[in-house]
Amino acid sequence: MTKSILLVGVGGQGTILASKLLTIGLMQSGYDVKMSEIHGMSQRGGSVSSQVRYGKRVESPVIELGGADILISFEKMEALRWLEYLRKDGKAVVNDYQINPMPVVSGVADYSDKIGDELAAKVADITFVKAFDEAMALGNPKVLNIVLLGTIVKMMNLTDIDWNAIIAAEVKKNFIELNQKALARGLELV
Amino acid sequence: MKRLLTGNEAIAHGAWEAGVAFASAYPGTPSSEILANVARYKEIKSEWAPNEKVALEAAIGASLGGVRSIAAMKHVGVNVAADPLFTYAYMGVSGGMVLISADEPGQHSSQNEQDNRWYAVSAKLPMFEPSNSQECRDMLAEAYDISEKYDAPVLMRVTTRICHSKSIVDTSDRKEVAAKPYKKQPEKNLMVPHYARMRRAVVEQRMNDLAEYTEVSPFNYIEKGGKIGVIASGMCYHFAREVFGDDVTYLKLGFTNPLPSGLLAKFYDMVDEVYIIEENDPYIENWVKAQGYSCKGKDTLPPFGEMTPDVIRKAVRGEELPVIDYDRGLVVPRPPTLCAGCPHRGFFYELSKLKNVAISGDIGCYTLGFAPPYNAMDTCLCMGGAFSVAHGMQEAFDHSGQNVRAIGVLGDSTFFHTGINSLMEIAYNGSKAISVILDNRITGMTGHQENPGSGRLLGGDPAPVMKIMDIVKALGFKHVFEVNPNDIKAMKKTFADALALDEASVIVTVWPCPLKRMDEEERGLFGNPFTTRCVVDQDKCIGCKLCIKCGCPALSMNRAIKKAEIDAPQCVGCDVCVQICPKQAIAKEVK
Repeated sequence: MTKSILLVGVGGQGTILASKLLTIGLMQSGYDVKMSEIHGMSQRGGSVSSQVRYGKRVESPVIELGGADILISFEKMEALRWLEYLRKDGKAVVNDYQINPMPVVSGVADYSDKIGDELAAKVADITFVKAFDEAMALGNPKVLNIVLLGTIVKMMNLTDIDWNAIIAAEVKKNFIELNQKALARGLELV
Repeated sequence: MKRLLTGNEAIAHGAWEAGVAFASAYPGTPSSEILANVARYKEIKSEWAPNEKVALEAAIGASLGGVRSIAAMKHVGVNVAADPLFTYAYMGVSGGMVLISADEPGQHSSQNEQDNRWYAVSAKLPMFEPSNSQECRDMLAEAYDISEKYDAPVLMRVTTRICHSKSIVDTSDRKEVAAKPYKKQPEKNLMVPHYARMRRAVVEQRMNDLAEYTEVSPFNYIEKGGKIGVIASGMCYHFAREVFGDDVTYLKLGFTNPLPSGLLAKFYDMVDEVYIIEENDPYIENWVKAQGYSCKGKDTLPPFGEMTPDVIRKAVRGEELPVIDYDRGLVVPRPPTLCAGCPHRGFFYELSKLKNVAISGDIGCYTLGFAPPYNAMDTCLCMGGAFSVAHGMQEAFDHSGQNVRAIGVLGDSTFFHTGINSLMEIAYNGSKAISVILDNRITGMTGHQENPGSGRLLGGDPAPVMKIMDIVKALGFKHVFEVNPNDIKAMKKTFADALALDEASVIVTVWPCPLKRMDEEERGLFGNPFTTRCVVDQDKCIGCKLCIKCGCPALSMNRAIKKAEIDAPQCVGCDVCVQICPKQAIAKEVK
């Protein structure tokens, strides 16, 4: 059975590296894997998504509406924006962190304080994590993406894969230990 | 060796494996990463060309010179390159040549949804359509053999989901291909009408020969299932398989010009009803119908957009997966914005204040100037069109007595692309349109590719910098202004000076993109920029929100205390907000 993981966030938050490590781990443990991203204008602070699918034989690299087994959102409002892609009985992990879109920054729209409540009311299996704070505690806010990768690994029962070895092979030398710690922290959060 | 590659990476690897020696492209989503990846292989001379036509011509030259070559571009880029493409189809190749056309069903980052498969029909080119990264690699190897065997340039048509999706690819090593010794053969390579008429017949015979190949191509085949038939090519094949699995019989098409009529007849003998799943135009459908068969296609599936599994499921089976219902009113759009420190900000901040102007824009990061808070772009058509469109508008305004000034706006890479021709139009025909070149010294929107003004080549080696000011002056403009767009007073004065003139002028704004990789020398040219940041003095801030109107993503209002705030990690100290603040409440500090 093909599994679908949807990672969403805001351009620059590191969804691409997280999904890259995820796909490498899945491939090395023998799954067929496909991943789809949309680049282009999204890198200018827009809404971004990485779609990862794995199983015995994967056809579409794209997750359909109502098709994601798990939604990992790097930002709170993005979780709501992409919620229609989550299976009705799917799981969600949401980074409890707010990045204001331009209409909010320029004062023509509000970032509602009801978003967290709406998510909690609509998704039965949802976990809010403070990935930004966790990353800061580890010494570098940028590793919030690997903290969140850790939550995926735990939620999707992928702990048998040697993620530390994958991080060691894929991440710049000076950042290996930091990223390994971030992954371990993510595993503890869910 | 098995690797996880995007289609673009697999094309690059496939080109390397196939012994390609020369590659050229102009960046454009979703094709941009092809050349960036090809450039990793030292055996391939890889270049960014100023535009797609030049890229294709250089690849054609390399083919004429005897080596295998590749050119890559987005779908609309093929329009720019169409002139050499159609005639090279007549000439045929020496070294094999493949053109990659990256189409965009769904228009994620494009101005139209044109279907470039028609180019293969119209120019009479053999065409491949891979459906995953493995096929990108495999078909490219076959494409070079076909190119040389049938003496034809080959079109490989991919789409966004092929280019930007990763799947597992079994790769091998490079197979060196010996260069063909150069031979002078004007009757084949010099397309004056007399020779071209002779080649016209050759092209016709070639299509007849390819009609035999398409029946036996390993990339056209039937997968036997039930009595319902599905015909698909490219990513639509996998989208269809996601929905129908092994329940239906597939005609999977990978070599799609000419299409295999014999195989189609065999397929129709096996099935009772047929669905054609394809994105963009009814290319396969029209062919099937022309063969006299009935099928369900665009009458059943949407006429445009991506045919993702949910779309197919709904259209063909009337089924939808259950989704979670939620309050969509809580979700605010998150449009792309100019980055903090973007040199286009000061320019658009001042441009947005001008009255009685018609602003003709172009394609790049600066197209975002159309959006709030600037609303400072009225039209945007195609690469390099800003100045010629502004010229025509100005001629119309003056002819009809409308008191409107046309202002054309484009970036450095777009200027080198085809904007330079448009500027010649104004220099030659002499309207009073104002032309602005936003020189941020890099090709920004597509991901920071080098260009003739950036000082580097594709591989990162230093290159001579084409000086835009010198080029503009050489065209003969009397009034040329150079200005730092972050200096909003200077920007304002430059606009006033240009508008006061009753003839054409050119404004060149010069400041690097804050994301540009610069060496010490280039940083020195701009006084070591992006090393400071701005901070709001909360005691002085009166909460007037004037600074917010410059549209910087690092600036926001803290509603609790009704004061402006600056996000320290984002800010690179461009100073635009410092100049806007009426209370001198924004100060600078070292980052």
